[in-house]
Amino acid sequence: MNTATARLRASPLDALQRWLPKLVLAPSMLIVLVGFYGYIGWTLVLSFTQSTFMPNYRWAGLTQYLKLLDNDRWWVASKNLAVFGGLFIGISLVLGVLLAVLLDQRIRREGFIRTIYLYPMALSMIVTGTAWKWLLNPGLGLDKLLRDWGWEGFRFDWLVDPERVVYCLVIAAVWQASGFVMALFLAGLRGVDPSIIRAAQVDGASLPRIYLRIVLPSLRPVFFSAVMILAHIAIKSFDLVAAMTAGGPGYASDLPAMFMYSFTFSRGQMGMGSASAILMLGAILAILVPYLYSELRNKRHE
Amino acid sequence: MNSHRLRWFSPSRLAIHGTLLVACAVYLIPLLVMLLTSFKSPDDIRTGNLLSWPEVVTGIGWFKAWDSVGGYFWNSVKITVPAVLASTLIGALNGYVLSMWRFRGSQLFFGLLLFGCFLPFQTVLLPASFTLGKLGLASTTTGLVLVHIVYGLAFTTLFFRNYYCSVPQALVQAARLDGAGFFTIFGRILLPMSLPIIMVCLIWQFTQIWNDFLFGVVFASGDAQPITVALNNLVNTSTGVKEYNVDMAAAMIAGLPTLLVYVVAGKYFLRGLTAGAVKG
Amino acid sequence: MARLELRNVNKRYGSGLPDTLKSIDLAIDSGEFLILVGPSGCGKSTLMNCIAGLEEISGGEILVDGVDISGMSPKDRDIAMVFQSYALYPTMSVRDNIAFGLKIRKLPQAAIDEEVARVARLLQIEHLLGRKPAQLSGGQQQRVAMGRALARRPRIYLFDEPLSNLDAKLRVEMRTEIKLMHQRLKTTTVYVTHDQIEAMTLGDKVAVMKDGIVQQFGTPQQIYNDPANQFVASFIGSPPMNFIPAQLVRQEGQTMALLDSGQERCALPVTAGEEWLGREVILGIRPEQIIQGSAQGNGLPAITAQVEVTEPTGPDLLVFVTLNGTKVCCRLAPDVRCQIGDSLRLQLDPARVLLFDAGTGERLDRAAVAPQHEHVA
Repeated sequence: MNTATARLRASPLDALQRWLPKLVLAPSMLIVLVGFYGYIGWTLVLSFTQSTFMPNYRWAGLTQYLKLLDNDRWWVASKNLAVFGGLFIGISLVLGVLLAVLLDQRIRREGFIRTIYLYPMALSMIVTGTAWKWLLNPGLGLDKLLRDWGWEGFRFDWLVDPERVVYCLVIAAVWQASGFVMALFLAGLRGVDPSIIRAAQVDGASLPRIYLRIVLPSLRPVFFSAVMILAHIAIKSFDLVAAMTAGGPGYASDLPAMFMYSFTFSRGQMGMGSASAILMLGAILAILVPYLYSELRNKRHE
Repeated sequence: MNSHRLRWFSPSRLAIHGTLLVACAVYLIPLLVMLLTSFKSPDDIRTGNLLSWPEVVTGIGWFKAWDSVGGYFWNSVKITVPAVLASTLIGALNGYVLSMWRFRGSQLFFGLLLFGCFLPFQTVLLPASFTLGKLGLASTTTGLVLVHIVYGLAFTTLFFRNYYCSVPQALVQAARLDGAGFFTIFGRILLPMSLPIIMVCLIWQFTQIWNDFLFGVVFASGDAQPITVALNNLVNTSTGVKEYNVDMAAAMIAGLPTLLVYVVAGKYFLRGLTAGAVKG
Repeated sequence: MARLELRNVNKRYGSGLPDTLKSIDLAIDSGEFLILVGPSGCGKSTLMNCIAGLEEISGGEILVDGVDISGMSPKDRDIAMVFQSYALYPTMSVRDNIAFGLKIRKLPQAAIDEEVARVARLLQIEHLLGRKPAQLSGGQQQRVAMGRALARRPRIYLFDEPLSNLDAKLRVEMRTEIKLMHQRLKTTTVYVTHDQIEAMTLGDKVAVMKDGIVQQFGTPQQIYNDPANQFVASFIGSPPMNFIPAQLVRQEGQTMALLDSGQERCALPVTAGEEWLGREVILGIRPEQIIQGSAQGNGLPAITAQVEVTEPTGPDLLVFVTLNGTKVCCRLAPDVRCQIGDSLRLQLDPARVLLFDAGTGERLDRAAVAPQHEHVA
């Protein structure tokens, strides 16, 4: 074993080569650690302080959170998020799935139609909001259009109705995102084994029944990722509210993202704003963690 | 899925086509209304309705819109171009390391990074604005470029990492035996075969950054603001008479670049969306 | 060309994990063709990557012409490799694929052109030089991959299952061609495969691996005729060796293994230590070593058994019978006439029968063979 053998070592340049991957990744690692996790930690700390217009590191314990939970506007924003999120996700899913299934029936010019359904996704929420603000304008928008077309008694003033303004947000958001759901499901449908459908047809099942009972249930993973993404859009929704209603009338159409922005940057309530940001993070985690957990578990089963 | 033989003129076939056409109309009408309104005069807007043809087609709305948001359009260009290029390049290098040069801890890092795809930016706004202030970059386009690069990394890295994971490791091994080093392999072997994912990444980042409002409004008030912020300010000013034709023209100006990219490279746009969906 | 020697090579991926490679000792002379063969996950590809430098070894030495190269980076080892997936650079033409390594090594353009031309001529791919890999058939890609390795004229060639992505016919053709090429160029070659026919036909030396351990290292004939254990015996040979459980008894002053076909019993004289008497062992008999009993006695033990299945393969007739409750395959001449249900007289040559320990699978009857070619864990 111990014969004298010359052992050639790697040159210094080779040593550098060996370290290159780590060196290349290092800046990003720093960015992620500081810019993602460090900053989240910083915000968390701020949420426990008495910060108002400027950061102030005097410990406040849970005061900011308690104030938040005592704040009527926060509750309006949270309730709006529940209504907005629920309707937005539900309607987008139903529309998206329906359009995907219909488009899957050997439609000529399918590509063209798909392009039309999906283009709103390329627009900024600010543009979408501006457009729909005009479309839903009480007096000059749809309101007037339908009256001009002969529906004399038609009134549409949801945009200035504190009870219904949140539905306006839903309409605009669904318009923007349902095409995306369609695209997701269409891709999923294309991945379904056609022989399953043929087998079911041989068994005498009708087409709607085949889709409802066999095809769509097999797209569960697509369904979950769609819900994931839509929920994510809903929780982060800020631009749409800003452009369409700016949270108004009053604060009737506030969402948590809007609340966080105005308390942190306009009203000088940095501590409370931070607390609201942390609660938003909590909401995202509440959806993300079970999702990732089931994803990972499924992977292990494969 | 395409095996159902139905004659296209059967009742069910008609219903399908009918529904799809109605949906097309619903998706297109807002765009049509924007265009129509943008070419109308203010009087025309008051007398006509959303879908009425302009009495006189006038470009005055577009001129006024360009006057008020045109400068910010160039801000958006100045922010978007460098941020897109830099975040794509860094994402490509990260993806290359995370797929081909894994080391102890690199997977953990990828997991940590992936979370950035879901990160609600509200949780980093304050510290980021303090940092930009310290760096003297508050309310500058440079500051916005920096922010967009940092928070775009999660997606750009994800794109390239997943793409390179489908490239056989043997390619890199063969190149190593051929004597190529880290950057040679990247530049000569992997980059030339990355065109599709580069397109996906560029388009994704372009739409994300161009359409961004949150970072723009928080970090760059005033002269440095991007067009989305300028548009929002224009539309939501409560002073003076509302000129809807100007609003719509400005919205079109803000939306046109991304629409154009979508029309030209929709395939890559969709791939970016779904690639983000699979893991992000 | 160079002599390659592996001394006590170990590979471990994590401190808590089991060894992927366990004290591998192998050596081949300059110009020899070494086959690493084994089932998937046996460590053969890992071992090859370690030789190439694509993975670092955790212990031991890899010597080329007596110099330990295990600390060197792959590019300095002067080793070329042909990959299972060919790993052709997809965006480069065939010419650039072959020339890439030469360009990296900064050879003058004229020398590169000359070398590419030589390799292309050698492999008859001159007409493909302008194409991209995607425009080539599997066999052509395979040739280009070999060309890329040949162009560098390295000291050692590594082949990682190079034929496994080809269809059956092409595989046989390329196998022959690789053999011809090696005979012509006399290159030191390490060749990984899970195909036992490739192992038998191509190798000067064969190392059969399992679970990161070299089970046996020797010439193809040694491996085939004198397998170290039941695993090696079962892995090499097609149809595989029959393994028949049997009792060892003492009869007429000889150690005998008892066989029972249900119709008849017979005793087979075998060589085994006294301690095995009365215990169950495994008899290993290759299908071609069971022959049809001839009318005139040739002195070999015979047994009559009932034919259960027949499989004419063309050159052979495979007949399945049951001995000691185990299905046994016999490879007979194609003109043997027999039908299912027939009784068939079979003879076995005791000298060719191997004995294995039923518990460990080790050989009982194996004399010590040339130790430098042996490594039995």
